[in-house]
Order: sequence, then C-alpha cells, then structure tokens
Amino acid sequence: MRTPFPFSAIVGQDEMKLALLIAAVDHSVGGVLVFGDRGTGKSTAIRALAALMPKMAVVAGCPYNCDPAVDRPMLCEACQGGQRPEAAKTRTVPVPVVDLPLGATEDRVIGALDLERALTRGEKAFEPGLLARAHRGFLYIDEVNLLEDHLVDALLDVAASGENVVEREGLSVRHPARFVLVGSGNPEEGELRPQLLDRFGLSVEVRTPEDLATRVEIVQQRDAFERDSAGFVKKWSRRDGQVRRRLAQARERLSGVEVPAPVVELAARLCMRLGTDGLRGELTLIRAARALASLEGRAAVTEEELRRVAPPALRHRLRRDPLDEAGSTARVNRALGELFDA
Amino acid sequence: MSGAAAPGAPTWGDAALAAALCAVAPAHLGGVALRGMPGPVRETWLDRLRGLLPETAPLRRIPLHVSEGRLLGGLDLAATLSAGRPVGERGLLAESAGGVVVLAMAERAARSTLAHLAAVMDFAEVVLERDGLARRTPAEIGVVALDEAQDGDEGLSPVLLDRLALHVDLRPFGIHDVDDPGHGPACIGAARARLPRVEMDGEGAARLCAVALALGVASLRSCLLAVRVARVSAALLGRERVDESDLAVAARLVLAPRATRVPQIEAPEQAAEDDRPDDGGAQQAAEHPPAAEGRDTAAQDAAQDAGGEAGKPLDDRVLEATVAAIPPQLLAQLGPDNGPRQRAQAAGRSGALQRSRLRGRPSGVLRGDPRAGARLSLIETLRAAAPWQRLRRAQAAEEGTGGPRVLVRRDDFRITRFRQRAETTTIFVVDASGSSALHRLAEAKGAVELLLAECYVRRDQVALIAFRGRQAELLLPPTRSLVRAKRSLAALPGGGGTPLAAGIDAAAALVDLVQRRGGTPSVILLTDGRANIDRDGAQGREQAFAQALDSATALRLTGVRSMVIDTSPRPHANAERLAGALRGHYLPLPHADAAALSRAVQSAAPPRAAH
Repeated sequence: MRTPFPFSAIVGQDEMKLALLIAAVDHSVGGVLVFGDRGTGKSTAIRALAALMPKMAVVAGCPYNCDPAVDRPMLCEACQGGQRPEAAKTRTVPVPVVDLPLGATEDRVIGALDLERALTRGEKAFEPGLLARAHRGFLYIDEVNLLEDHLVDALLDVAASGENVVEREGLSVRHPARFVLVGSGNPEEGELRPQLLDRFGLSVEVRTPEDLATRVEIVQQRDAFERDSAGFVKKWSRRDGQVRRRLAQARERLSGVEVPAPVVELAARLCMRLGTDGLRGELTLIRAARALASLEGRAAVTEEELRRVAPPALRHRLRRDPLDEAGSTARVNRALGELFDA
Repeated sequence: MSGAAAPGAPTWGDAALAAALCAVAPAHLGGVALRGMPGPVRETWLDRLRGLLPETAPLRRIPLHVSEGRLLGGLDLAATLSAGRPVGERGLLAESAGGVVVLAMAERAARSTLAHLAAVMDFAEVVLERDGLARRTPAEIGVVALDEAQDGDEGLSPVLLDRLALHVDLRPFGIHDVDDPGHGPACIGAARARLPRVEMDGEGAARLCAVALALGVASLRSCLLAVRVARVSAALLGRERVDESDLAVAARLVLAPRATRVPQIEAPEQAAEDDRPDDGGAQQAAEHPPAAEGRDTAAQDAAQDAGGEAGKPLDDRVLEATVAAIPPQLLAQLGPDNGPRQRAQAAGRSGALQRSRLRGRPSGVLRGDPRAGARLSLIETLRAAAPWQRLRRAQAAEEGTGGPRVLVRRDDFRITRFRQRAETTTIFVVDASGSSALHRLAEAKGAVELLLAECYVRRDQVALIAFRGRQAELLLPPTRSLVRAKRSLAALPGGGGTPLAAGIDAAAALVDLVQRRGGTPSVILLTDGRANIDRDGAQGREQAFAQALDSATALRLTGVRSMVIDTSPRPHANAERLAGALRGHYLPLPHADAAALSRAVQSAAPPRAAH
C-alpha cells in the first residue's frame, strides 16, 4: 500500500475537502457523493483524510471494530453477549478505508457463510464482509453510477440504518455498520438513479482546475510526493497535525454545539422554498451546519454555516429536471440569496 | 505517409522511443495506448518492447473476454475440492506484477475489466473481494492497450486512455518504416537505475502544464504523466537532469496526442523572418526525435535550441515542437465542436459489456443441473455441500470408498439464475430539414428533451438520428448519458432538403443493430412528412415520399414500435400516412408554444405502451 498523500497538501477542491471533513466529524450526516471529472484527486483526498483521523480503540478480536466505549445496544452480538466491554481487551487501529471494487460480489459485501469453517469443521459461521470492515471508517465506491443497482441499494440501506442484517444460507446475523459512504463517478458515463441520489448526505461537484498556476502547483506537489514521499509527508506533517487536532476537537465538541431556533427555522424555510422532498434535506442541512460550526470552533450554529453547507447538502435533492445542466447549484444559491438578503 | 517525411508526420523513431520509455518504467508511466491493426508493424513494436523489458519481468496477454475470476484470481476449483478448504488462485494481474500486461482489442474490453486495470494502476495492488476470498497483492504493472478501432468506431475508453502516458499511433507506418534498433536492453537497465536520481526543476513542470493548457488537455493526470515521461526520457538519454529535449519528448508523446485544440502560436512567423536557422532547428528536433539520433546529437540540438532561441518564451518552443508533432489528420478533425468529447465517452459499448448486461444481474441461485448450459455457482454449491460433509464422509468410510476430501453430490449443484432485463433503446429520428426548421425545430427539440427525461427515469438508452440535406446521420449512438444526448441535440442545426427515406433507413439499420444485441428498440419519428430528397439524393417530392413509405414499411417489418410526431403547422396527410405505413401512433402537434407541446407529448402514450 502506498503512503497516503498528506491531506493539507491537496491543492484546491475546497468544497470536496470540506464535505469530507464534515462527514468525518458527524457520521450521521450521511455519505458524500463526489461527481465530476477524472483525475481530480477524489480517491487521494479520502485516503488522506482517513490517515488524519485519530486511531480508534476497538474491542480486541472483534471483527466488526466494535467501540469499547459505547453502550451495549451499539455493539455486535458477540461483544454484547460475551464479556462486558470494559473487561475486554482493547487495541487501537487506524480508521479503515475500505474500497468497494467494481465487481465485488454480494456475499463479499454484506458477508456470508464462512466456507473454510463450513468445509473443514462443518460449522455454520458467519464471515463478515466489507461492510463489517468499514464500520467506523470510510467505504469508498468509485464509479458508483456503474455499480449494480442491487448492491447500491444494499449499501445505502445499511449506511442509513447503521446496521447490517444478514439473512442468508441459514444465517441470521446482525452487526453494526456505521461508516461514511463516499461515492464518486463521472456523470458523462451514466447518471445515478434519482432515488439513490437523495440518500447521500452531501454532494459535491469537482472540476479540473482551469488556471495554469493551480495546475502547475498540483502537478509539482504530486511530483514532489512521488519523488520522496517520506520527506514530503514530513514536510506537511505540521499542517496535517493541525487538521488532525481540529478534526479531533470538532468531534469532541460536536454534541455541545447548539442549534438556535432561528437557524432551524431558516433551514426549514430554505428547504420549503427549494421544494425538497421529505425531511432528510433539512436534517442533513442542520447536521452539516452543526459539524461545520464545530470544525470552526463555534459554540452555536450561525447563518454563516448554514449558508456554506446549503449547496452541498441540498443541490442533489431538488426535484430536478434531469436535463437542466447548470441548474441545481445556481438554484440553491438563488434561494439562499433571496432568503438571507431579503 | 512514411518515415521521416513531412514535418508533423509521426515518425517510427517516436514509436520506438515510446517502447523504450515504457520499458524503463512501465508501471510509473501507466503504459502505452497502441493504435493500429494487428500486423507485422505492431508485432515488431511489441517484440521490441519485450526485448527491452528485463528478462524477469512478465509480459502477459489479457484476452478480450477474460473472466473476472481469471483477471483478479479467485477460488481454484480443483484444488479446493481436493484440499477440502478454499484454495485461492492468483489472477493474471497478480501474476504480472513487475511487468507489463498487453490488453488485446482494448477498445472492446468490458468496462469491469478496465475498472480493475485502472484500480491496479492507481494503487499498485490487486484487491480481491470475491468467492469468499479477501486478499491484497502488491502489483506494479504497466499496461499496453492494443486499440484496433477503425475510423468512426469508438476508441479506447477514457478510463484507460487517461492513465496511459504514451499514446502511439502505428497506423501511418508500413513494414518498411520499421528500422532503427534504438536502445538496447543494457541502456534500459542503466536508465532504470538512473531514474530515481533524475532531477527536474519546477520550471519544467510549469512549462508542461502550460503546454497542456494551450493544447486543451484538461486532465491533470496527463500533466503528471508528462512530467514522469520527461524524467524517464532524461534517464534514458543518460542525463541526471531534465532538459529541454526531454520536455519536448514529453510534450510530443504525452500531450500532443491528447490535444483537443490547436494552440494559437504567434511566434512562428516572426521566428521564420528573424530567426530562420533556429526555426529550422526546432523543426529538425521534431522530425528526428532524440531517440533516433543518439544522445550526442540530442544534446547538441538542445544546446543549439537553448542558445539560439533564448529570447523566446520557453513554453512556446516546447509548444511548437508539440504542434509540429500533432498529425495533420488530427488537426483536420479538431474543429471547434469536433473535439474528442464527441468521440465515444461510453466505454466498451460493444462486445463484452453488452453481453454481460444481457445476462442480466444475478438474482439468486437455485438447485439445478449445470449441464443444461446454466452457470454453476461454485460457491453456492460448496455451501450447499458443506453441512453434509461429516455425514457423507462417515458414509463413505462405511462403504469403504475413499474419494476426495469434499464430497459433492448432484443435489448440491446450484446454478446462478439471472434476471434478464430487456433494455429499451429509444431512437429519436429528427427531421432537421429546412421545412421543419422553419416550422418548429426548436419546439420539436423541446419535445425530444421531454421524452428524454422520461427515458432517464426509466433508465432507457437513447439514440439520436437527424436527417437533413441529402442524408441521415447518427448523431448519438445508443447511450444512457443524458448529458451527451442533450448536447448533441442542442448542436443540431437545421436547414436543407428532407431525405425522409434516408432517415427511416438509418433508423431501421439502428433498430437492427439494437435487436441483434438483444435490446428492445422503439422509434420516435419527428417530421412534417414533406419528403423531397430520395435515396439517391435526387430532388422530387413524389418519388421521395414513395420511397419514404417503402422505408417505413420495411421498418415496420422489423417489429419495432413507433410513433410519428407531426411537426408541420397543421396536421398533414403525409405524416399520417407515414404513421399508417409504420403502424405506429400518430401525434399531430397543435401549433402552440413549447410548453403546450411538451404537455401533448407527455399525455401521448409513451412508445413503450404503444402496440
């Protein structure tokens, strides 16, 4: 595995970086959908971010990365039924980034009967799949628009419920699976079904930068990294450390960040004006704004945060004309302008 | 076009240089996209590459219809059954670690094959998540993609093209052009050792980026690959510092083939006047790449360049060399709207992808006999057999028969069931002739867009044929990308005669194609029915309309569902007769604004419901 590129050394793509940070601060925001050109560093950014996350404590030997610090209902069956978590040994592991390779089969994704144990010992045991490994980490799906629909359905279902329920081959297993789902793709190769779009918490559009200075900077950074990754990582370690601390503090502070009633009302008015279906948009909007406020070190959410997260939180939820190319972002911004500046 | 001919002609020297560069660092550069038909020239090129790669480096061929299991590895059936535990098998990619894979007929490769290759190229490891196995194998591989697309076909997928540094077109070469022994394996070995030490200043990367921008190369990966190629070029020529000629090599081999526009260079004319010898020098550099000349001459050239053209911005000189290397036919293709964007974006539209889609998505397994042509689901079979092993073994021991470790009985066989989903392709045939344009081409476009939106919801494929002047043209082959459909629709100009028969014939040809692929086509014809150009391009209303009716009858016989939308100001008998010949729906459009028109289209029965 190659060394991850330092997160702070990524040039540009601010909206994508912000969306990933927000999703990392608050998992309940939901996944991030990154749509856009090739070679814009989507995969790089996710790996870089995961490398920044503080290592996490897990129950030793638990295949589901259970957190020893949480209450029992949040644990997997083995950890619930066995020893009390406090008594169990813990170890620390890096935050997992699991890639869902195109062509992965359903049994590998959600888990299936453990063939080896079944064949050799005649035991019926569950072999956890990718979803189990991604628990408390990131699940990255490149070309999500090309993934088989039934897999995407399964993934989004688990991502939303935070729990993977397996009922197959005589197995009946449920285990926690809370992860940040990050999907990416290129709309020129086929769109994502509208009903899937809305299941992602945030969506960002990435474009290849057009101006020469930025492009040169990106190429030079990348080149320097390839020449001497250890030295490059070291050079950026201080900046990366800052982001890491900011992220850790934001996660700690998150539950204490207040959302004043006027902000909630504003969010509701914004969603009404844009005609988004259901409450998911509003919830995501508020959660994302709270996560952003926490990242910025604020004690309460202000209009400013709402304004910044509105485009990524709402642009994919508009009941849109699929042929309207420019549309969504402009519409969100227009509605924002009308609401705030009125 | 052969050898070192006119300036701008591709040279065999460049092709040979690409082989040498690729041999130095195949995985680092991604590899080579090799355009050209199979034949002695391509074989010679591949032989050269094989000769230059270290002996220990594997060079494997990936056939077009490689299965995923073979590509990535999976469960080894024979070994698994005899060992009684899952035994993994290494795939082609893992076996090729440290070497090069040659992807045959890459332009037709299945999308999943390309995705796996891309993933391995990006992360230098093979990630296996199938058949109950999970494994990561480090694998640095280079890819040589053999692109045999004919003119007009869809070329190599952008997924792969973007990641392959070197794009080599062998089509201009005959076997007589092949000469120039170039670099030997020893030279390559030395270059490999030298590569980590090669220095490059920030200026070089900046210049390559500037050239990329001037040529309209959007992808940043291309810039990065150009930087890498410049380094490898320096290493190959025995330098530890990237100089001008390396940048020119990188720009010529990496950026020029990706050009989407011809840059405006103001310098050349001026240079031709003031600075004639130097201009010649630059040309010479372009014609005889350093590979062909050996290192001394190249160095001299570089020195000459550096000395003579000091006054000129450096970017421009690299750019000039690059522009000189853009083949003339490419220049001709590069109109304002004619960039590669128009070329296929949908990868692997033909061949494997289609077939695998036709198989439908697996929808579970059932007990069954695999001999009837069904696909055995190995995993499910083993799972079914697993719980019985203890019993069966005991039984086998009683009967005194030994046998394999895993006892699979006929009852255990599980076959994969696929849910077939016949895919609908809606073919829009749009009359863009003068008479239509005068009337309501814009409104018809609006109507098509609305129908497109409906296709989008249903995940149908759409195709677009337009006819005007003397002929019909397939503007958009079947695709699911609405962005593309909309773009080609918007770019549709109006005017000219109405070659209605040609339009219907083109639709019939496409219908045939879709049906042969197993899809379900439906045709929506937007016309006023006023045909005035017959199949031979001759004028004449009577003749043209009679032919159109013939064509319509022929189209009906393919069994396709159709609808005629009459775009004339008042319902016109011709269009209705046409619909009759097609046995399709007839929808006269009232003269109204676009919104009313859209409502009319919406309220009309969609083509799928029509009988």
